[in-house]
Amino acid sequence: MLMEFLPLLIILLLAVFIGVFVVVLGSTFGPKRPGQRKNSPYESGMVPYGPAKRRISVRYYLIAVLFILFDIEVVFLVPWAVVVRQIGVPGLVFMIIFVLILEVAHLYAWKKGALEWD
Amino acid sequence: MIPLSWYLILAAVLFSVGMFGAISRKNAVAVLISIELMLNAVNINILAFWHYHSQSLGYTEINGLVFAAVVIIAAAAEVAIGLAIIIAVYRLRKTVVASDINVLKG
Amino acid sequence: MTRMIDIYSILPVMIVAGWALLLLVVDLWIPRHRKGITALLAAIGLAIALGFVLASSGNTILGFNQMVVLDGFSSFMQVLFLVSGMVAVALAYDYIQRMNINHGEFYVLMMFSIAGMMLMSQAYNLLMVFLALELLSIPLYVLTGFARTRLESEEASLKYFLLGAFASGFVLYGTALIFSATGQLDFVGIAAVVTAGSANSVLFLIGAALLLVGFGFKIAAVPFQMWTPDVYQGAPTPVTAFMSVAVKAAGFAALMRVFLVLFPSLSEHLTPILWVMAALTMIVGNIVALAQNNIKRMLAYSAIAHAGYILMAFVAFGNGEVVGNTVAATLFYLVAYGLTSFGAWALVIVIEREYGKGILLDDLAGIGKHYPWLGVAMLVFMLSFAGVPLTMGFWGKFYLFRTAVQAGYIGLAIIGLLTSVASAYYYLRVVVYMFMKPGEPKLQINPWVSLVIGVAALAVLLLSLIPWTILELASRAVLLLQ
Repeated sequence: MLMEFLPLLIILLLAVFIGVFVVVLGSTFGPKRPGQRKNSPYESGMVPYGPAKRRISVRYYLIAVLFILFDIEVVFLVPWAVVVRQIGVPGLVFMIIFVLILEVAHLYAWKKGALEWD
Repeated sequence: MIPLSWYLILAAVLFSVGMFGAISRKNAVAVLISIELMLNAVNINILAFWHYHSQSLGYTEINGLVFAAVVIIAAAAEVAIGLAIIIAVYRLRKTVVASDINVLKG
Repeated sequence: MTRMIDIYSILPVMIVAGWALLLLVVDLWIPRHRKGITALLAAIGLAIALGFVLASSGNTILGFNQMVVLDGFSSFMQVLFLVSGMVAVALAYDYIQRMNINHGEFYVLMMFSIAGMMLMSQAYNLLMVFLALELLSIPLYVLTGFARTRLESEEASLKYFLLGAFASGFVLYGTALIFSATGQLDFVGIAAVVTAGSANSVLFLIGAALLLVGFGFKIAAVPFQMWTPDVYQGAPTPVTAFMSVAVKAAGFAALMRVFLVLFPSLSEHLTPILWVMAALTMIVGNIVALAQNNIKRMLAYSAIAHAGYILMAFVAFGNGEVVGNTVAATLFYLVAYGLTSFGAWALVIVIEREYGKGILLDDLAGIGKHYPWLGVAMLVFMLSFAGVPLTMGFWGKFYLFRTAVQAGYIGLAIIGLLTSVASAYYYLRVVVYMFMKPGEPKLQINPWVSLVIGVAALAVLLLSLIPWTILELASRAVLLLQ
């Protein structure tokens, strides 16, 4: 039963081997001339500034929460879209009711100013 | 074919991990993540059983799928409310560590 | 296919939910100082739903492919929830103005929560139970944290949310295991599979136990009660009053519906657990309440103790002969407890000067002398809570104890009796502080709150004289329980 996964295992082992092999090859035979430029995190990019753990504005979470709520409705919309031809008009009516309820939430968020950044 | 019991054991293990996290972690966000893990473990259980049950019946019953969808929606609603509450606490107290939030006691 | 009768079966729930949605939009255009309009509209919506509940009571309908049921039990519970909602609106109207948290969303959230409770009493499918549980809980998390500038409120909200979400995880896993054991989600299907004996009994039992844990959190039974005092103390007082009556009733509605329909065959395994839970809940609730100085915390522990009394009658859920009495006694007790509890919480609202201030026992001093009718009302509530003979609380406890004794749990009844006697100490201490201690209280009494106190006190007095009317109603509600 597990035999059908054997090619997958071979590819996995091969990939690990090639990766390790190339790194070992480079570090063994390659020239080593370290300098300040070469030791910086991005050799050819911008010099990094400031700590990586920056604070994110709390307004971002508001947007994130609203995104979750309006995004997750897709869980109901997609199965409906798959069978919409078979369930016909009643399905359409119920989906319109569902979307109208969401629209109430949208209207509320809009009027309360939750969609504005400033 | 992987037997059903493996999935059920996986779900039970994940649920226990989530439960342990929810009990032992002090950071409110970490507790929230652990609770989400519990809910998603249940989803694995439901979907795995639904799949095997449908196969053994020979036709597809819809109840498991619907159940999983409703769980996802409810979990999302819970996360949204939870994050909002945690932010409200953070604004007042500047911490999300549950043991530091202790005004109420008797 | 959706039939008209399906819509009819959940019409009150749809009215409450739809009205709440409309109110959410309408409220956006109501100016801040006119939020009384929102309160009035919310009360009207609840009253309309109440009318429909009363009009449709007496029918028994299985709607939406056996997803929901309309029967006497659900109608009784829905009347309880809707009246609780209206009382909570009356209590909140003045309170949220004084505490400077006057937002219309308060009433909208309360209506959503009531819609969840009503759905809970009608749920006839484990999926609906979970959905209703979420619908009733999520607005309550927000309501608990409604006083946004107060850390107590936010902390209570956080605690309630984390433990509530944890508990719903248990309910969900229990549901999933029952689904795994039987392959069904609707009660009819599960009951059929269990009767046929083709259910996986281990998974089924674990699922039932997990459901018990989840509902135990909601009804605040020991050992799942730890959130109760903190949340009751930190939440805005009208929300606490609403929680202590309606949420508890909703938890018991779910517990009774699920256990009586699905798990009678497991009573052999679950009865010992319930026995211990009931005993612990009565003992811990009453003993810890003795040491409380803060009235909100004291009433919180008292709420735990009262859940214990109801659980005591519920222990016999698998015994087909007494189960009708169990449900009738429970419904009666929920009414008696609800009336008394709303009265007592309304008094807390009267004496609460600032958010969370002025609600210690010492703050009661002198009220009996300066506001005699408040003192007398509180005396009525406390006597009823303590179960002093011939009060409504006494009749409630009498029916519960009688059921427990009928089912043969005499030990449990004795524990209940002893803890009940102990509870008289802390209830009467409130009265002693009101009448015996000197003090100069200055209270601002809102007419709506005093209306609640007056009506609750009169109802408790009146129903103490004719308890059998409510019991009769409750018994008829049971007959239709499927």
